[in-house]
Amino acid sequence: MSETLLSDLSIFVLSLFVGFEVISKVPATLHTPLMSGANSIHGVILVGAMLGAATAHDAVGYTLAFIALAFAASNVVGGYVVTDRMLQMFRRRPEPTPPPSDAEPGQRP
Amino acid sequence: MSDFDTAVRLAYLVSAACFVVGLHLMNSPATARRGNTISAAGMTLAIVMTVAFVAHQGTITGVGWAILVVGTLVGAAAGLFGARQIRMTDMPQLVSLFNAAGGGAAALVALTEFFRVAGHASLDLSTRAAVATVLDVIIGAVTLSGSLIAAGKLQGVVNSAPVTFPAVRLLNAVLALGAVGGGAYLIWGDHTSIPALLVILVLGLVFGVTMVLPIGGADMPVVISLLNAFTGTAVAMAGFVIDNSVLIIAGALVGASGSILTKLMATAMNRSIRNIIVGGFGTADASTVVLATGDQPRSVEADDVALQLAYASKVILVPGYGLAVAQAQHEMAALADLLEKRGVDVSYAIHPVAGRMPGHMNVLLAEANVPYPLLKEMEEINPEFARADIALVVGANDVVNPAARRADSVISGMPILDVDQAKSIVVMKRSMGHGYAGIDNELFTNPKTGMYFADAKSGLATLVAAVKTLVAS
Repeated sequence: MSETLLSDLSIFVLSLFVGFEVISKVPATLHTPLMSGANSIHGVILVGAMLGAATAHDAVGYTLAFIALAFAASNVVGGYVVTDRMLQMFRRRPEPTPPPSDAEPGQRP
Repeated sequence: MSDFDTAVRLAYLVSAACFVVGLHLMNSPATARRGNTISAAGMTLAIVMTVAFVAHQGTITGVGWAILVVGTLVGAAAGLFGARQIRMTDMPQLVSLFNAAGGGAAALVALTEFFRVAGHASLDLSTRAAVATVLDVIIGAVTLSGSLIAAGKLQGVVNSAPVTFPAVRLLNAVLALGAVGGGAYLIWGDHTSIPALLVILVLGLVFGVTMVLPIGGADMPVVISLLNAFTGTAVAMAGFVIDNSVLIIAGALVGASGSILTKLMATAMNRSIRNIIVGGFGTADASTVVLATGDQPRSVEADDVALQLAYASKVILVPGYGLAVAQAQHEMAALADLLEKRGVDVSYAIHPVAGRMPGHMNVLLAEANVPYPLLKEMEEINPEFARADIALVVGANDVVNPAARRADSVISGMPILDVDQAKSIVVMKRSMGHGYAGIDNELFTNPKTGMYFADAKSGLATLVAAVKTLVAS
Protein backbone atom coordinates (compact mmCIF):
# COMPACT_ATOMS: atom_id res chain seq x y z
CA MET A 1 0.00 0.00 0.00
CA SER A 2 1.42 3.33 -1.04
CA GLU A 3 2.10 6.29 1.23
CA THR A 4 -0.56 8.44 -0.50
CA LEU A 5 -3.22 5.76 -0.23
CA LEU A 6 -2.46 5.30 3.46
CA SER A 7 -2.76 8.99 4.25
CA ASP A 8 -5.89 9.36 2.07
CA LEU A 9 -7.50 6.40 3.80
CA SER A 10 -6.63 7.80 7.24
CA ILE A 11 -8.22 11.12 6.32
CA PHE A 12 -11.32 9.34 4.98
CA VAL A 13 -11.89 7.12 8.01
CA LEU A 14 -11.25 9.86 10.56
CA SER A 15 -13.54 12.28 8.69
CA LEU A 16 -16.28 9.65 8.77
CA PHE A 17 -15.94 9.49 12.55
CA VAL A 18 -15.94 13.27 12.89
CA GLY A 19 -19.05 13.34 10.69
CA PHE A 20 -20.86 10.78 12.83
CA GLU A 21 -19.94 12.65 16.02
CA VAL A 22 -20.96 16.10 14.80
CA ILE A 23 -24.10 15.11 12.92
CA SER A 24 -25.60 12.85 15.57
CA LYS A 25 -25.99 16.02 17.69
CA VAL A 26 -28.18 17.78 15.11
CA PRO A 27 -31.83 17.89 16.31
CA ALA A 28 -34.58 16.38 14.13
CA THR A 29 -36.00 19.90 13.70
CA LEU A 30 -33.03 20.77 11.49
CA HIS A 31 -32.72 17.55 9.49
CA THR A 32 -33.89 19.07 6.21
CA PRO A 33 -31.49 22.06 6.39
CA LEU A 34 -28.79 19.59 7.50
CA MET A 35 -29.30 17.47 4.42
CA SER A 36 -29.41 20.45 2.12
CA GLY A 37 -26.32 21.88 3.87
CA ALA A 38 -24.55 18.55 3.42
CA ASN A 39 -25.63 18.78 -0.21
CA SER A 40 -23.82 22.07 -0.64
CA ILE A 41 -20.74 20.58 1.03
CA HIS A 42 -20.56 17.74 -1.47
CA GLY A 43 -20.63 20.47 -4.09
CA VAL A 44 -16.91 20.75 -3.28
CA ILE A 45 -16.61 18.33 -6.18
CA LEU A 46 -16.46 21.62 -8.12
CA VAL A 47 -12.79 21.72 -7.08
CA GLY A 48 -12.29 18.35 -8.76
CA ALA A 49 -14.19 19.47 -11.85
CA MET A 50 -11.98 22.59 -12.16
CA LEU A 51 -8.81 20.54 -11.84
CA GLY A 52 -10.25 18.23 -14.52
CA ALA A 53 -10.90 21.16 -16.85
CA ALA A 54 -7.27 22.20 -16.37
CA THR A 55 -5.97 18.87 -17.68
CA ALA A 56 -8.50 18.38 -20.51
CA HIS A 57 -7.03 18.68 -23.99
CA ASP A 58 -9.55 17.10 -26.33
CA ALA A 59 -13.26 17.27 -27.18
CA VAL A 60 -14.19 14.38 -24.88
CA GLY A 61 -12.31 15.93 -21.98
CA TYR A 62 -13.81 19.38 -22.54
CA THR A 63 -17.35 18.01 -22.77
CA LEU A 64 -17.04 15.91 -19.63
CA ALA A 65 -15.41 18.80 -17.77
CA PHE A 66 -18.15 21.22 -18.83
CA ILE A 67 -20.98 18.97 -17.61
CA ALA A 68 -19.10 18.26 -14.36
CA LEU A 69 -18.54 21.98 -13.76
CA ALA A 70 -22.17 22.89 -14.42
CA PHE A 71 -23.48 20.09 -12.19
CA ALA A 72 -21.09 20.89 -9.36
CA ALA A 73 -21.60 24.66 -9.51
CA SER A 74 -25.39 24.32 -9.42
CA ASN A 75 -24.94 22.02 -6.44
CA VAL A 76 -22.74 24.49 -4.51
CA VAL A 77 -24.63 27.69 -5.20
CA GLY A 78 -28.13 26.22 -5.03
CA GLY A 79 -27.34 24.24 -1.91
CA TYR A 80 -26.05 27.17 0.13
CA VAL A 81 -28.75 29.59 -1.02
CA VAL A 82 -31.66 27.26 -0.31
CA THR A 83 -30.20 26.21 3.06
CA ASP A 84 -29.89 29.85 4.04
CA ARG A 85 -33.43 30.50 2.83
CA MET A 86 -34.71 27.70 5.06
CA LEU A 87 -32.67 28.59 8.11
CA GLN A 88 -33.72 32.23 8.14
CA MET A 89 -37.32 31.01 8.58
CA PHE A 90 -36.49 29.34 11.88
CA ARG A 91 -37.35 31.95 14.47
CA ARG A 92 -37.72 31.84 18.22
CA ARG A 93 -40.54 34.42 18.15
CA PRO A 94 -43.02 34.98 15.35
CA GLU A 95 -42.58 38.00 13.13
CA PRO A 96 -45.08 40.85 13.62
CA THR A 97 -46.25 40.54 10.03
CA PRO A 98 -46.81 37.08 8.57
CA PRO A 99 -44.81 36.28 5.43
CA PRO A 100 -46.58 35.95 2.08
CA SER A 101 -47.88 32.57 0.96
CA ASP A 102 -45.48 29.85 -0.11
CA ALA A 103 -46.22 30.53 -3.75
CA GLU A 104 -44.03 33.62 -3.57
CA PRO A 105 -40.38 33.21 -4.50
CA GLY A 106 -38.10 33.35 -1.47
CA GLN A 107 -36.45 36.63 -0.65
CA ARG A 108 -32.92 36.67 0.56
CA PRO A 109 -32.47 39.10 3.41
CA MET B 1 6.11 20.49 -3.01
CA SER B 2 6.40 24.15 -3.94
CA ASP B 3 5.37 26.94 -1.60
CA PHE B 4 2.32 27.55 -3.74
CA ASP B 5 1.21 23.91 -3.51
CA THR B 6 1.63 24.10 0.25
CA ALA B 7 -0.53 27.22 0.43
CA VAL B 8 -3.27 25.54 -1.61
CA ARG B 9 -3.21 22.43 0.56
CA LEU B 10 -3.35 24.52 3.74
CA ALA B 11 -6.31 26.45 2.31
CA TYR B 12 -8.08 23.14 1.65
CA LEU B 13 -7.46 22.22 5.28
CA VAL B 14 -9.04 25.50 6.41
CA SER B 15 -12.03 24.80 4.11
CA ALA B 16 -12.46 21.33 5.58
CA ALA B 17 -12.36 22.82 9.09
CA CYS B 18 -15.06 25.33 8.06
CA PHE B 19 -17.27 22.44 6.87
CA VAL B 20 -16.93 20.66 10.21
CA VAL B 21 -17.59 23.84 12.22
CA GLY B 22 -20.54 24.66 9.95
CA LEU B 23 -22.09 21.24 10.51
CA HIS B 24 -21.40 21.52 14.23
CA LEU B 25 -23.32 24.83 14.45
CA MET B 26 -26.32 23.02 12.94
CA ASN B 27 -26.95 21.56 16.40
CA SER B 28 -29.26 24.48 17.25
CA PRO B 29 -31.65 26.57 15.18
CA ALA B 30 -30.14 29.67 16.81
CA THR B 31 -26.65 29.06 15.37
CA ALA B 32 -27.47 27.02 12.25
CA ARG B 33 -27.60 29.96 9.88
CA ARG B 34 -24.17 31.16 10.98
CA GLY B 35 -22.93 27.59 10.47
CA ASN B 36 -24.15 27.61 6.90
CA THR B 37 -22.39 30.91 6.27
CA ILE B 38 -19.11 29.58 7.68
CA SER B 39 -19.44 26.48 5.53
CA ALA B 40 -20.06 28.67 2.46
CA ALA B 41 -16.99 30.78 3.32
CA GLY B 42 -14.88 27.60 3.46
CA MET B 43 -16.27 26.55 0.10
CA THR B 44 -15.48 29.94 -1.44
CA LEU B 45 -11.89 29.71 -0.17
CA ALA B 46 -11.46 26.22 -1.68
CA ILE B 47 -12.82 27.34 -5.05
CA VAL B 48 -10.79 30.57 -5.22
CA MET B 49 -7.58 28.72 -4.30
CA THR B 50 -8.33 26.09 -6.95
CA VAL B 51 -8.74 28.75 -9.63
CA ALA B 52 -5.45 30.33 -8.47
CA PHE B 53 -3.79 26.90 -8.55
CA VAL B 54 -5.03 26.21 -12.08
CA ALA B 55 -3.75 29.63 -13.24
CA HIS B 56 -0.41 29.14 -11.48
CA GLN B 57 0.05 25.64 -12.88
CA GLY B 58 -0.36 27.06 -16.39
CA THR B 59 -1.13 23.80 -18.21
CA ILE B 60 -4.75 24.77 -18.88
CA THR B 61 -5.61 25.65 -22.49
CA GLY B 62 -7.59 28.67 -23.61
CA VAL B 63 -10.58 26.44 -24.37
CA GLY B 64 -10.11 24.95 -20.90
CA TRP B 65 -10.46 28.41 -19.32
CA ALA B 66 -13.57 29.15 -21.35
CA ILE B 67 -15.10 25.82 -20.33
CA LEU B 68 -14.18 26.41 -16.69
CA VAL B 69 -15.69 29.89 -16.52
CA VAL B 70 -18.80 29.25 -18.63
CA GLY B 71 -19.55 25.85 -17.06
CA THR B 72 -19.29 27.25 -13.55
CA LEU B 73 -21.42 30.29 -14.35
CA VAL B 74 -24.12 28.25 -16.11
CA GLY B 75 -24.32 25.83 -13.18
CA ALA B 76 -24.28 28.63 -10.61
CA ALA B 77 -27.12 30.44 -12.37
CA ALA B 78 -29.20 27.26 -12.58
CA GLY B 79 -28.58 26.49 -8.91
CA LEU B 80 -29.41 30.02 -7.84
CA PHE B 81 -32.62 30.02 -9.85
CA GLY B 82 -33.73 26.67 -8.45
CA ALA B 83 -32.89 27.64 -4.87
CA ARG B 84 -34.78 30.94 -5.07
CA GLN B 85 -37.86 29.61 -6.86
CA ILE B 86 -38.44 26.30 -5.10
CA ARG B 87 -41.45 26.04 -2.81
CA MET B 88 -40.73 24.60 0.61
CA THR B 89 -43.13 21.73 -0.03
CA ASP B 90 -40.96 20.79 -3.02
CA MET B 91 -37.68 20.76 -1.08
CA PRO B 92 -37.33 16.96 -1.35
CA GLN B 93 -37.26 17.21 -5.15
CA LEU B 94 -34.59 19.92 -5.06
CA VAL B 95 -32.44 17.96 -2.63
CA SER B 96 -32.80 14.93 -4.91
CA LEU B 97 -31.72 16.98 -7.92
CA PHE B 98 -28.67 18.27 -6.02
CA ASN B 99 -27.86 14.67 -5.08
CA ALA B 100 -28.06 13.79 -8.76
CA ALA B 101 -25.85 16.75 -9.72
CA GLY B 102 -23.25 15.96 -7.06
CA GLY B 103 -23.16 12.24 -7.85
CA GLY B 104 -23.02 12.94 -11.58
CA ALA B 105 -20.21 15.47 -11.17
CA ALA B 106 -18.25 13.02 -9.00
CA ALA B 107 -18.54 10.29 -11.64
CA LEU B 108 -17.56 12.79 -14.37
CA VAL B 109 -14.42 13.87 -12.48
CA ALA B 110 -13.26 10.25 -12.48
CA LEU B 111 -14.23 9.86 -16.14
CA THR B 112 -12.33 13.01 -17.19
CA GLU B 113 -9.21 11.75 -15.42
CA PHE B 114 -9.70 8.26 -16.87
CA PHE B 115 -9.99 9.45 -20.47
CA ARG B 116 -6.99 11.75 -20.04
CA VAL B 117 -4.83 8.84 -18.88
CA ALA B 118 -6.32 6.38 -21.39
CA GLY B 119 -5.63 8.84 -24.20
CA HIS B 120 -1.86 8.78 -23.58
CA ALA B 121 -0.03 5.57 -24.39
CA SER B 122 2.73 6.53 -21.96
CA LEU B 123 0.41 6.95 -18.98
CA ASP B 124 -1.17 4.23 -16.87
CA LEU B 125 -3.67 4.38 -14.04
CA SER B 126 -2.31 3.08 -10.72
CA THR B 127 -4.22 0.19 -9.15
CA ARG B 128 -5.20 2.57 -6.35
CA ALA B 129 -6.69 5.06 -8.81
CA ALA B 130 -8.37 2.23 -10.73
CA VAL B 131 -10.14 0.96 -7.60
CA ALA B 132 -11.29 4.49 -6.72
CA THR B 133 -12.38 5.13 -10.32
CA VAL B 134 -14.48 1.97 -10.43
CA LEU B 135 -16.18 2.79 -7.11
CA ASP B 136 -16.67 6.45 -8.02
CA VAL B 137 -18.19 5.72 -11.43
CA ILE B 138 -20.54 3.01 -10.11
CA ILE B 139 -21.73 4.94 -7.02
CA GLY B 140 -21.92 8.24 -8.91
CA ALA B 141 -23.93 6.71 -11.76
CA VAL B 142 -26.34 4.96 -9.39
CA THR B 143 -26.82 8.24 -7.51
CA LEU B 144 -27.38 10.24 -10.69
CA SER B 145 -30.10 8.07 -12.22
CA GLY B 146 -31.57 6.98 -8.87
CA SER B 147 -31.91 10.57 -7.65
CA LEU B 148 -33.52 11.67 -10.91
CA ILE B 149 -36.11 8.88 -10.56
CA ALA B 150 -36.66 9.82 -6.90
CA ALA B 151 -37.15 13.49 -7.84
CA GLY B 152 -39.55 12.41 -10.60
CA LYS B 153 -41.57 10.32 -8.16
CA LEU B 154 -41.74 13.19 -5.67
CA GLN B 155 -42.79 15.62 -8.38
CA GLY B 156 -45.38 13.17 -9.70
CA VAL B 157 -43.70 12.89 -13.12
CA VAL B 158 -42.79 9.26 -12.45
CA ASN B 159 -45.41 6.92 -10.95
CA SER B 160 -44.90 7.26 -7.21
CA ALA B 161 -46.46 3.86 -6.55
CA PRO B 162 -43.95 1.02 -6.34
CA VAL B 163 -43.25 -0.03 -9.93
CA THR B 164 -42.23 -3.65 -9.94
CA PHE B 165 -41.80 -6.23 -12.63
CA PRO B 166 -41.32 -9.96 -12.14
CA ALA B 167 -37.62 -10.33 -12.83
CA VAL B 168 -36.46 -7.15 -11.04
CA ARG B 169 -34.37 -9.08 -8.54
CA LEU B 170 -32.82 -11.24 -11.24
CA LEU B 171 -32.08 -8.13 -13.31
CA ASN B 172 -30.48 -6.39 -10.32
CA ALA B 173 -28.36 -9.47 -9.65
CA VAL B 174 -27.23 -9.55 -13.28
CA LEU B 175 -26.44 -5.81 -13.19
CA ALA B 176 -24.45 -6.21 -9.98
CA LEU B 177 -22.51 -9.18 -11.38
CA GLY B 178 -21.78 -7.28 -14.58
CA ALA B 179 -20.53 -4.25 -12.65
CA VAL B 180 -18.32 -6.42 -10.42
CA GLY B 181 -16.96 -8.17 -13.52
CA GLY B 182 -16.23 -4.90 -15.33
CA GLY B 183 -14.70 -3.42 -12.20
CA ALA B 184 -12.51 -6.47 -11.60
CA TYR B 185 -11.24 -6.32 -15.16
CA LEU B 186 -10.29 -2.65 -14.75
CA ILE B 187 -8.56 -3.28 -11.44
CA TRP B 188 -6.70 -6.53 -12.15
CA GLY B 189 -6.74 -6.60 -15.95
CA ASP B 190 -6.37 -3.52 -18.11
CA HIS B 191 -6.41 -0.29 -16.05
CA THR B 192 -7.30 1.82 -19.06
CA SER B 193 -9.90 -0.32 -20.82
CA ILE B 194 -12.48 2.15 -22.11
CA PRO B 195 -15.12 -0.52 -22.96
CA ALA B 196 -14.96 -1.95 -19.42
CA LEU B 197 -15.42 1.53 -17.95
CA LEU B 198 -18.38 2.27 -20.21
CA VAL B 199 -19.94 -1.07 -19.20
CA ILE B 200 -19.81 -0.26 -15.49
CA LEU B 201 -21.05 3.28 -16.17
CA VAL B 202 -24.11 2.06 -18.07
CA LEU B 203 -24.81 -0.75 -15.57
CA GLY B 204 -24.60 1.80 -12.73
CA LEU B 205 -27.09 4.09 -14.45
CA VAL B 206 -29.53 1.24 -15.12
CA PHE B 207 -29.16 -0.05 -11.57
CA GLY B 208 -30.05 3.38 -10.17
CA VAL B 209 -33.34 3.21 -12.07
CA THR B 210 -34.21 -0.38 -11.16
CA MET B 211 -33.28 0.29 -7.54
CA VAL B 212 -35.55 3.32 -7.03
CA LEU B 213 -38.51 2.48 -9.31
CA PRO B 214 -39.86 -0.33 -7.09
CA ILE B 215 -39.75 1.89 -3.99
CA GLY B 216 -43.01 3.57 -2.98
CA GLY B 217 -43.49 7.31 -2.50
CA ALA B 218 -43.88 6.97 1.27
CA ASP B 219 -40.39 5.44 1.54
CA MET B 220 -38.82 8.48 -0.12
CA PRO B 221 -37.40 9.96 3.14
CA VAL B 222 -35.21 6.87 3.43
CA VAL B 223 -34.29 6.84 -0.25
CA ILE B 224 -33.26 10.52 -0.35
CA SER B 225 -31.11 10.04 2.75
CA LEU B 226 -29.49 6.96 1.27
CA LEU B 227 -28.78 8.67 -2.06
CA ASN B 228 -27.34 11.60 -0.08
CA ALA B 229 -24.94 9.17 1.60
CA PHE B 230 -24.09 7.71 -1.83
CA THR B 231 -23.29 11.15 -3.22
CA GLY B 232 -20.94 11.86 -0.32
CA THR B 233 -19.19 8.53 -0.87
CA ALA B 234 -18.88 9.19 -4.61
CA VAL B 235 -17.29 12.59 -3.91
CA ALA B 236 -14.85 11.00 -1.45
CA MET B 237 -13.94 8.40 -4.10
CA ALA B 238 -13.31 11.20 -6.59
CA GLY B 239 -10.94 12.59 -3.96
CA PHE B 240 -9.08 9.27 -3.99
CA VAL B 241 -8.88 9.31 -7.79
CA ILE B 242 -7.25 12.73 -8.02
CA ASP B 243 -5.61 12.57 -4.57
CA ASN B 244 -7.39 15.62 -3.15
CA SER B 245 -7.89 15.83 0.61
CA VAL B 246 -10.74 18.35 0.71
CA LEU B 247 -12.87 16.13 -1.54
CA ILE B 248 -12.17 13.13 0.70
CA ILE B 249 -13.03 15.01 3.90
CA ALA B 250 -16.18 16.69 2.54
CA GLY B 251 -17.34 13.43 0.94
CA ALA B 252 -16.83 11.50 4.17
CA LEU B 253 -18.76 14.12 6.17
CA VAL B 254 -21.70 13.94 3.80
CA GLY B 255 -21.49 10.15 3.69
CA ALA B 256 -21.70 10.07 7.48
CA SER B 257 -24.58 12.57 7.53
CA GLY B 258 -26.57 10.64 4.94
CA SER B 259 -25.95 7.34 6.73
CA ILE B 260 -27.17 8.69 10.07
CA LEU B 261 -30.33 10.12 8.50
CA THR B 262 -30.97 6.89 6.58
CA LYS B 263 -30.72 4.90 9.80
CA LEU B 264 -32.98 7.33 11.70
CA MET B 265 -35.62 7.33 8.96
CA ALA B 266 -35.62 3.55 8.57
CA THR B 267 -35.99 3.14 12.35
CA ALA B 268 -38.81 5.66 12.46
CA MET B 269 -40.64 3.79 9.68
CA ASN B 270 -39.95 0.44 11.28
CA ARG B 271 -38.33 -0.91 8.13
CA SER B 272 -34.84 -2.16 7.61
CA ILE B 273 -32.85 -0.50 4.82
CA ARG B 274 -32.40 -3.91 3.24
CA ASN B 275 -36.16 -4.43 3.33
CA ILE B 276 -36.78 -1.13 1.54
CA ILE B 277 -34.10 -1.55 -1.11
CA VAL B 278 -34.18 -5.28 -1.82
CA GLY B 279 -37.79 -6.01 -0.99
CA GLY B 280 -39.41 -3.08 -2.72
CA PHE B 281 -42.89 -2.67 -1.38
CA GLY B 282 -45.65 -5.18 -1.03
CA THR B 283 -43.37 -8.08 -0.30
CA ALA B 284 -43.72 -7.59 3.44
CA ASP B 285 -46.36 -9.63 5.23
CA ALA B 286 -49.37 -7.33 5.16
CA SER B 287 -51.80 -9.53 7.07
CA THR B 288 -54.17 -7.15 8.76
CA VAL B 289 -54.95 -7.39 12.41
CA VAL B 290 -58.69 -7.64 12.91
CA LEU B 291 -59.86 -5.28 15.61
CA ALA B 292 -61.09 -7.16 18.64
CA THR B 293 -63.66 -4.53 19.44
CA GLY B 294 -66.48 -3.92 17.04
CA ASP B 295 -66.44 -0.20 17.77
CA GLN B 296 -67.52 2.17 15.08
CA PRO B 297 -65.67 5.49 14.76
CA ARG B 298 -67.50 8.50 16.14
CA SER B 299 -67.87 11.35 13.67
CA VAL B 300 -67.74 14.98 14.87
CA GLU B 301 -68.58 18.33 13.28
CA ALA B 302 -66.37 21.40 12.89
CA ASP B 303 -68.30 23.42 15.50
CA ASP B 304 -67.84 20.73 18.16
CA VAL B 305 -64.12 20.56 17.46
CA ALA B 306 -63.80 24.36 17.49
CA LEU B 307 -65.60 24.52 20.83
CA GLN B 308 -63.35 21.88 22.33
CA LEU B 309 -60.23 23.63 21.04
CA ALA B 310 -61.28 27.11 22.14
CA TYR B 311 -61.97 26.07 25.73
CA ALA B 312 -59.01 23.73 26.18
CA SER B 313 -56.04 24.74 28.28
CA LYS B 314 -53.52 22.53 26.49
CA VAL B 315 -53.69 21.51 22.83
CA ILE B 316 -51.20 19.34 20.94
CA LEU B 317 -51.28 19.51 17.15
CA VAL B 318 -50.07 16.41 15.28
CA PRO B 319 -49.31 17.25 11.64
CA GLY B 320 -48.53 14.31 9.34
CA TYR B 321 -47.69 13.45 5.76
CA GLY B 322 -51.24 14.33 4.68
CA LEU B 323 -50.81 17.90 5.90
CA ALA B 324 -47.62 18.26 3.86
CA VAL B 325 -49.31 16.87 0.75
CA ALA B 326 -52.30 19.20 1.20
CA GLN B 327 -49.90 22.12 1.90
CA ALA B 328 -52.05 23.07 4.87
CA GLN B 329 -49.22 24.30 7.10
CA HIS B 330 -50.38 27.93 6.93
CA GLU B 331 -53.93 27.00 7.98
CA MET B 332 -52.58 24.97 10.88
CA ALA B 333 -50.38 27.87 12.00
CA ALA B 334 -53.35 30.24 11.77
CA LEU B 335 -55.40 27.93 14.02
CA ALA B 336 -52.56 27.66 16.53
CA ASP B 337 -52.14 31.43 16.51
CA LEU B 338 -55.82 31.98 17.22
CA LEU B 339 -55.79 29.49 20.10
CA GLU B 340 -52.63 30.98 21.59
CA LYS B 341 -54.24 34.42 21.61
CA ARG B 342 -56.99 32.89 23.74
CA GLY B 343 -54.32 31.71 26.19
CA VAL B 344 -54.36 28.08 25.10
CA ASP B 345 -51.02 26.28 25.48
CA VAL B 346 -50.32 25.01 21.95
CA SER B 347 -47.48 22.78 20.80
CA TYR B 348 -46.73 20.68 17.76
CA ALA B 349 -45.79 16.99 17.93
CA ILE B 350 -43.50 16.13 15.03
CA HIS B 351 -42.86 12.49 14.18
CA PRO B 352 -39.47 11.88 12.52
CA VAL B 353 -41.10 10.79 9.24
CA ALA B 354 -43.79 13.47 9.11
CA GLY B 355 -43.41 15.15 5.75
CA ARG B 356 -41.62 13.94 2.66
CA MET B 357 -38.00 14.06 3.78
CA PRO B 358 -36.19 14.05 7.15
CA GLY B 359 -37.26 17.13 9.14
CA HIS B 360 -39.48 18.38 6.31
CA MET B 361 -42.49 19.17 8.55
CA ASN B 362 -40.36 21.51 10.68
CA VAL B 363 -39.35 23.53 7.62
CA LEU B 364 -42.96 23.75 6.43
CA LEU B 365 -44.12 24.99 9.83
CA ALA B 366 -41.18 27.38 10.15
CA GLU B 367 -42.22 28.78 6.79
CA ALA B 368 -45.74 29.26 8.18
CA ASN B 369 -44.09 31.42 10.86
CA VAL B 370 -44.37 28.91 13.70
CA PRO B 371 -41.65 29.67 16.30
CA TYR B 372 -39.31 26.67 16.53
CA PRO B 373 -39.56 26.27 20.34
CA LEU B 374 -43.16 25.08 19.74
CA LEU B 375 -41.98 22.26 17.44
CA LYS B 376 -41.48 19.27 19.72
CA GLU B 377 -39.69 16.06 18.79
CA MET B 378 -41.29 12.72 19.57
CA GLU B 379 -39.29 11.92 22.73
CA GLU B 380 -39.95 15.38 24.10
CA ILE B 381 -43.70 15.54 23.46
CA ASN B 382 -44.78 11.98 24.28
CA PRO B 383 -44.87 12.47 28.09
CA GLU B 384 -46.98 15.62 27.55
CA PHE B 385 -49.92 13.93 25.81
CA ALA B 386 -51.41 12.78 29.12
CA ARG B 387 -51.75 16.44 30.16
CA ALA B 388 -53.29 17.57 26.87
CA ASP B 389 -57.02 18.30 26.84
CA ILE B 390 -57.16 17.65 23.14
CA ALA B 391 -54.81 16.26 20.52
CA LEU B 392 -55.66 17.26 16.95
CA VAL B 393 -54.24 14.81 14.40
CA VAL B 394 -54.10 16.15 10.83
CA GLY B 395 -53.12 13.82 8.01
CA ALA B 396 -51.21 11.31 10.14
CA ASN B 397 -52.12 7.66 10.43
CA ASP B 398 -49.59 4.91 11.07
CA VAL B 399 -47.39 7.13 13.26
CA VAL B 400 -50.23 7.47 15.79
CA ASN B 401 -51.49 3.87 15.64
CA PRO B 402 -51.34 2.28 19.11
CA ALA B 403 -51.13 -1.14 17.39
CA ALA B 404 -47.38 -0.45 17.17
CA ARG B 405 -47.13 -1.24 20.89
CA ARG B 406 -48.51 -4.76 20.44
CA ALA B 407 -46.37 -7.67 19.34
CA ASP B 408 -48.77 -9.10 16.73
CA SER B 409 -49.02 -6.07 14.44
CA VAL B 410 -47.14 -5.42 11.19
CA ILE B 411 -46.03 -2.10 12.63
CA SER B 412 -45.11 -3.46 16.08
CA GLY B 413 -42.01 -1.79 17.43
CA MET B 414 -42.40 1.30 15.28
CA PRO B 415 -41.95 4.45 17.39
CA ILE B 416 -45.27 6.30 17.59
CA LEU B 417 -46.65 9.49 19.07
CA ASP B 418 -48.67 8.62 22.21
CA VAL B 419 -51.73 10.51 20.99
CA ASP B 420 -54.10 8.00 22.65
CA GLN B 421 -52.88 9.26 26.05
CA ALA B 422 -54.56 12.64 25.53
CA LYS B 423 -57.83 13.32 27.37
CA SER B 424 -59.63 13.77 24.06
CA ILE B 425 -58.57 13.20 20.46
CA VAL B 426 -59.76 14.62 17.15
CA VAL B 427 -58.51 13.06 13.94
CA MET B 428 -58.89 15.10 10.78
CA LYS B 429 -58.86 12.80 7.78
CA ARG B 430 -60.59 12.62 4.44
CA SER B 431 -61.86 9.06 4.91
CA MET B 432 -61.36 5.94 6.99
CA GLY B 433 -58.74 4.83 4.44
CA HIS B 434 -55.71 2.93 5.58
CA GLY B 435 -52.27 4.41 6.07
CA TYR B 436 -49.15 3.22 4.36
CA ALA B 437 -48.97 0.03 6.47
CA GLY B 438 -52.43 -0.94 5.21
CA ILE B 439 -53.89 -1.78 8.60
CA ASP B 440 -56.78 -0.48 10.69
CA ASN B 441 -55.94 2.26 13.14
CA GLU B 442 -57.17 1.49 16.64
CA LEU B 443 -56.92 5.15 17.53
CA PHE B 444 -59.87 5.94 15.24
CA THR B 445 -62.22 3.61 17.13
CA ASN B 446 -61.01 4.72 20.57
CA PRO B 447 -64.03 6.04 22.55
CA LYS B 448 -62.05 9.24 23.24
CA THR B 449 -61.58 9.89 19.53
CA GLY B 450 -63.79 11.99 17.29
CA MET B 451 -63.29 11.69 13.53
CA TYR B 452 -63.56 14.98 11.66
CA PHE B 453 -63.82 14.03 8.00
CA ALA B 454 -62.34 16.83 5.92
CA ASP B 455 -59.45 17.73 3.66
CA ALA B 456 -56.56 19.08 5.75
CA LYS B 457 -56.49 22.52 4.11
CA SER B 458 -60.21 23.30 3.97
CA GLY B 459 -60.90 21.47 7.26
CA LEU B 460 -58.39 23.61 9.16
CA ALA B 461 -59.70 26.76 7.50
CA THR B 462 -63.23 25.79 8.60
CA LEU B 463 -61.97 25.28 12.16
CA VAL B 464 -60.30 28.69 12.18
CA ALA B 465 -63.56 30.32 11.03
CA ALA B 466 -65.58 28.35 13.59
CA VAL B 467 -63.27 29.33 16.47
CA LYS B 468 -63.45 32.99 15.38
CA THR B 469 -67.27 32.87 15.34
CA LEU B 470 -67.30 31.30 18.79
CA VAL B 471 -64.96 33.87 20.24
CA ALA B 472 -66.92 36.73 18.73
CA SER B 473 -70.30 35.60 20.02
